[in-house]
Amino acid sequence: MLNLLWLQSGGCGGCSMSLLNAESPNLLALLKSAGINLLWHPSLSEETGTEVVSILESILADETTLDLLCIEGAMLQGPHGTGKFHILGGTGIPMIHWVEKLAAKAAHTIAVGSCAAYGGMTAAGANTPDATGLQYDGEIAGGLLGDNYRSVSGHKVVNIAGCPVHPGWVTDMLVSIALDEHDDTQLDTFGRPRMYADHLVHHGCSRNEFYEYKASATSAGERGCMMEHMGCLGTQAHADCNTRPWNGGGSCTSGGYACINCTAPEFEEPGHPFTETPKVAGIPVGLPTDMPKAWFVALASLSKAATPERLKQNATSEQLIYPPTTHKRKP
Amino acid sequence: MSKVLVGPFNRVEGDLEITLETADNRVSEARVNSPLYRGFETMLVSKAPYDAMVYTPRICGICSVSQSVGAARALADISQLEIPENGQLCTNLVLANENMADLLTHFYLFFMPDFARASYRGQPWFTNAEARFKAVKGTAHQEVLPARAKFLNLMGILAGKWPHSLSIQPGGTAKPIEPQERIRLLTLLGEFRSFLEQTLFGDDLERIAEISSTEQLQQWSEEADWQSSDLRRFLHISQSLELDTLGRATDQFMSYGNYPLDGTAFFKRGTYFGDQAGDLAVSSITEDVSHGWMESDTPRHPIRGRTVPTLQNEEAYSWCKAPRLGNQVVEVGAIARQAINGNPLVMDLIAKQGANVHSRIVARLLELALVIPQMQRWAKAIDPSEPFCNTAKLPKEGEGAGLLEAARGSLGHWVTLENGVIKNYQIIAPTTWNFSPRDANQQPGALEQALESTPLDSEEAAQSVAVQHVVRSFDPCMVCTVH
Repeated sequence: MLNLLWLQSGGCGGCSMSLLNAESPNLLALLKSAGINLLWHPSLSEETGTEVVSILESILADETTLDLLCIEGAMLQGPHGTGKFHILGGTGIPMIHWVEKLAAKAAHTIAVGSCAAYGGMTAAGANTPDATGLQYDGEIAGGLLGDNYRSVSGHKVVNIAGCPVHPGWVTDMLVSIALDEHDDTQLDTFGRPRMYADHLVHHGCSRNEFYEYKASATSAGERGCMMEHMGCLGTQAHADCNTRPWNGGGSCTSGGYACINCTAPEFEEPGHPFTETPKVAGIPVGLPTDMPKAWFVALASLSKAATPERLKQNATSEQLIYPPTTHKRKP
Repeated sequence: MSKVLVGPFNRVEGDLEITLETADNRVSEARVNSPLYRGFETMLVSKAPYDAMVYTPRICGICSVSQSVGAARALADISQLEIPENGQLCTNLVLANENMADLLTHFYLFFMPDFARASYRGQPWFTNAEARFKAVKGTAHQEVLPARAKFLNLMGILAGKWPHSLSIQPGGTAKPIEPQERIRLLTLLGEFRSFLEQTLFGDDLERIAEISSTEQLQQWSEEADWQSSDLRRFLHISQSLELDTLGRATDQFMSYGNYPLDGTAFFKRGTYFGDQAGDLAVSSITEDVSHGWMESDTPRHPIRGRTVPTLQNEEAYSWCKAPRLGNQVVEVGAIARQAINGNPLVMDLIAKQGANVHSRIVARLLELALVIPQMQRWAKAIDPSEPFCNTAKLPKEGEGAGLLEAARGSLGHWVTLENGVIKNYQIIAPTTWNFSPRDANQQPGALEQALESTPLDSEEAAQSVAVQHVVRSFDPCMVCTVH
């Protein structure tokens, strides 16, 4: 059995809530079949108060093995480096100090969500709480534990980035570790599991036909592609949201709104309003990362010119105006 | 007299710490600390107004949609935007989906596991309670998690995902519902309703909704074996432990009202003080910072509110401000909503024993029985051929408020725009009301009052399970509280 400890700090708890949405199998069934023992989780476990502190202390005293340390929420270093923006209740000790000590005992350390990975939402604006991630501060390697940190089994922090995480991203990673198949080559340049980060949100987007013809939505609720006007970053965002849907069948783009690239470090400060596409001379600034810009512009103007009336009309409508026509067989 | 620090509390959303002073085996004074500060209000300053729709849901992973609705209503208030009927129906459905999932999560995951604690081993009902409600291992956990996940499949259809959707808009919803999706909403709601009727209530929702007095509730409970449903299990345990004598606070209640449709709210807005229903004067809401780690200031209405954190306040013991309604402490939540809406069972419970551990739980479960059938009616009323979202250009200057009822009670967003960006943004969340620290008049907050005189059932006050029951009866959301 692998012991899993889950702690929350400067975040919203939404990654835990998302994890509870796991289906087929549900979370408890999955942990059981993977041989993972839930040492303590703030939403699920019975132990409270001094019982929790005893669990933490027995890990630090090497009386309990810590195989999986999952941290949700950013690490709050403020005010003035004291960590007092989050003192773990009942202990008088800032959470960052608990995490530093526990990470030194953990066989695997996992940042669950973009806050724990990079600082995320909690680091937005002036970042009053001085929020950082476990091993990254935004895009910069370092964070609370430092670039050189390695877990007891010799691995970097796993950054299951996302705001929130998809439950499957977490459970896949836990099972991969439980199967003893994990190593650092399974992570991408920002420490994200390649199992989901080697995909783009664009893959499988239900609006792909509109994208092909640059038939674009102009306001909320319209059916067209949201890249040109609505701030959608699906062509650049690393995640499998549209091939591994959420809550039984949804995704941001199918839900009618832009992908805001929430698995990326510093997504919380895009430098422009989230739901408006920044443009230079009418051309969106953030084009797909690996396509020559001139080609993209050329192809876009060609496909725009070739847009079928069906897509042109449907793109700016809430309702389907023109269903696809049926191919008529020649008599 | 001795002093003890209790924490970290779990099975609440976020982190919580309480300082108890005890005398004669009872709590004599309580001080509630929300030990986490992130600073969303200052984060929003100078942002584009619609960015609030991205940032504010991320205040809280369990009340995410509620925060969305607060932000959307505050912006709609500024542009005086009307929402088409489909937009109202879908917003109500999304909000109710989150609220009802939260009520369920609270009962099964957060509240009931305490009755499976070893300290109750001597109780005649313990073996059954342990098998059913034991954290992680109990049969209820195994059944409820899949039912909850399935119920939240409504979000996949209506909001893309949960938590942290952007589908709720000031003018309606960005997700128009197609005919086959409407059918699927109805089938998912039917499935969840069956789960509630078979597992939680052991009876039809309509029958539960019709129970109109404590006597009728008692009769209903005795109609069948106490182990025949989870509500009956709770009522049996509650009677045995006299949970109606635990956790009484001010018995002054407030609700912003909820689920508007064509100008009428499904749950009314108002106050309920003693047994008197009254109108709510939102203008008399203030936030006091005398006992928070905030820069010294006079109490302010949230539209003029400030958030300047500092450790330089000797009196402070929480990051939470102290909201007051006309200088009064009020309690918010399901019990407040139902009393203000005139539900006879809840009014009777309050008349007899006030708000307490027992009546807060009953009010929450009752709300499930009232709202799920209404969700079925809303889903049925969606017309896929009609509009779902209106848009309007937001003025560069203006002030707006977005008020609603989240699962845990009254949630308010107040926003001021200047030069086309956010100049000030203030939020008062339900648990900010319930778990507030003292104010300048030394009035303790609602939980602080509820904990006073709680009997300690353990040698160590920190282990007292009665204290745990009182705290969790409010279903606190600590990440919302301070934000």
